[in-house]
Amino acid sequence: MPGQEQQRPSRREEEVEETPVVPAQASAETTETDADVDALLDEIDEVLESNSEEFVRGFVQKGGQ
Amino acid sequence: MTVRRVTGLETEYGISVPGDPGANPMLLSAQVVNAYAAPTSGARPRWDYEDEAPLRDARGFELERAKAHPSQLTDAPGRRGGGRRAAPNASDVATAETEDPTMANVILTNGARFYVDHAHPEYSSPEVLTPRDAVRWDKAGELILLEALRRVAATPGLTPVTIYKNNTDGKGASYGTHENYLMDRATPFGDVVRHLVPFFVSRQVFTGAGRVGIGQDSARAGFQLSQRADFFEVEVGLETTMKRPIINTRDEPHATADRYRRLHVIVGDATMCEVATLLKVGTTSLVLAMLEAGALAGGPAGDLTPAEPVRALHEVSHDPGLTQLVRLRDGRRMTALQMQRAYLEAARAFVEDRLGADADADTLEVLQRWESVLTKLETDVFSAARQVDWVAKLRLLEGYRSRDGLAWDSARLQAVDLQWSDVRPEKGLYLKLAERGQVELLLDPASVRRAVEHPPEDTRAYFRGECLARYGPRVAAASWDSVIFDVAGRGALQRVPTLEPLRGTREHVGALLDRCATAEDLVAALTGG
Repeated sequence: MPGQEQQRPSRREEEVEETPVVPAQASAETTETDADVDALLDEIDEVLESNSEEFVRGFVQKGGQ
Repeated sequence: MTVRRVTGLETEYGISVPGDPGANPMLLSAQVVNAYAAPTSGARPRWDYEDEAPLRDARGFELERAKAHPSQLTDAPGRRGGGRRAAPNASDVATAETEDPTMANVILTNGARFYVDHAHPEYSSPEVLTPRDAVRWDKAGELILLEALRRVAATPGLTPVTIYKNNTDGKGASYGTHENYLMDRATPFGDVVRHLVPFFVSRQVFTGAGRVGIGQDSARAGFQLSQRADFFEVEVGLETTMKRPIINTRDEPHATADRYRRLHVIVGDATMCEVATLLKVGTTSLVLAMLEAGALAGGPAGDLTPAEPVRALHEVSHDPGLTQLVRLRDGRRMTALQMQRAYLEAARAFVEDRLGADADADTLEVLQRWESVLTKLETDVFSAARQVDWVAKLRLLEGYRSRDGLAWDSARLQAVDLQWSDVRPEKGLYLKLAERGQVELLLDPASVRRAVEHPPEDTRAYFRGECLARYGPRVAAASWDSVIFDVAGRGALQRVPTLEPLRGTREHVGALLDRCATAEDLVAALTGG
């Protein structure tokens, strides 16, 4: 395991319990779409179930194959 | 040599009633299937179980029924453990369907089966021959579930439901999306295991649908690549509902059994992105072609078996940074991306060697897109957000995290995860992205809508679908490998076996069907008078 951690961004070691590595380095392509993401989030806010907790708690499935 | 291969995708959809988590999922699922079937209702063709043998094992033995868990007995709905044989008598069938909601089971004119499996509505696509068609008829399934949901909502007295193309509730339950590939029975099963385990462990980098929560019941907060990975506990086995294996040995070819094996892949996620689904099917099909030709041994992907396959599957899924090293049995350590590069390199050399300039467009497309998506993931993961579900989903989640300062255990992030695969365009987040042009689409939407009603033309699904469309009221039953007619003037039902998946194509039977105005004409033509 120590051998593996050297290869990871150091941020991961501090936050490993809570946060997965978020792939680093925004490229030009990614940066351009950040504004899109903000606009998209605004739109998603409109359709996202308003009571997230109740919605998530209520989604209970039986196992399948 | 190519990506052309008889393939089918099955998806068990998640189903829910807002505000009523205790609603009976079997009844809800039956309601969905029956609502879709309703307009053509009356004497509905039933499923023909004659040739189903779900307990047959690719390792060469047949499980005794007494040793099987009831959920494994897929050939005997409503009579678990009874080993039901098809009763060629239409009135028996009508009785069974009204008695037992789990019998809700429709065969569609596009050649698909739409039914209740366990506690989910399941769409099993018709047999297709190319990865693009696999995507097309899989997408048609989403439209069918959407239409079924709308019909339920519009019918007074029925309970409105929501439907999701995902694989877990995040609370410990998982339900499957299975790929089925017809393959040469002569290929030793040991080779299948040796070469496919490392492939399945590593392909998650582009087949993962993304999931908020780590562990079967999301005990740890975080994000992972795959919906399904945490539910796999063994390397090889027959089960599909518990102790799930990376390589499933169910060997029920629905075809001439001494020539073919049906490879039943249960380890994949349900994907919304067309490119991801194309790659899932196309790359797997190429690896199978190499396996059948014995072309993997000695090459770059000749021996990538992980030292601990199940652990490797989980570790790769838990690492969105894509830097996790998988320890191989021979001591090497590789990332999942490096393992995929090795398979891609082998596949390129294989296609070049066997086909050269004659390689077909479908095969070249898969090679090109495979290379492209690996390069994106290697350079900047988020640059694959137009092609790969987990990346697109993570992009949204990270947007919420940074805008609203949310931690990974936030219900809002879990809601985003669930709503990603809602089949309703007004609610589904993937569908919102598609509408905004933020995912790459491969197919003409009109061709997907057409695939809701019409079968592929280059497999036996054409015969099945066209028989239902043309002679529906005279089709008593059908299955993957049969169509059974109840025609005037014949005492017994007439069963037409379709054991050869590449017969019954439009080229093969199109003219015959055009000549036969009625089912009676067709049966007469097939029986020589």
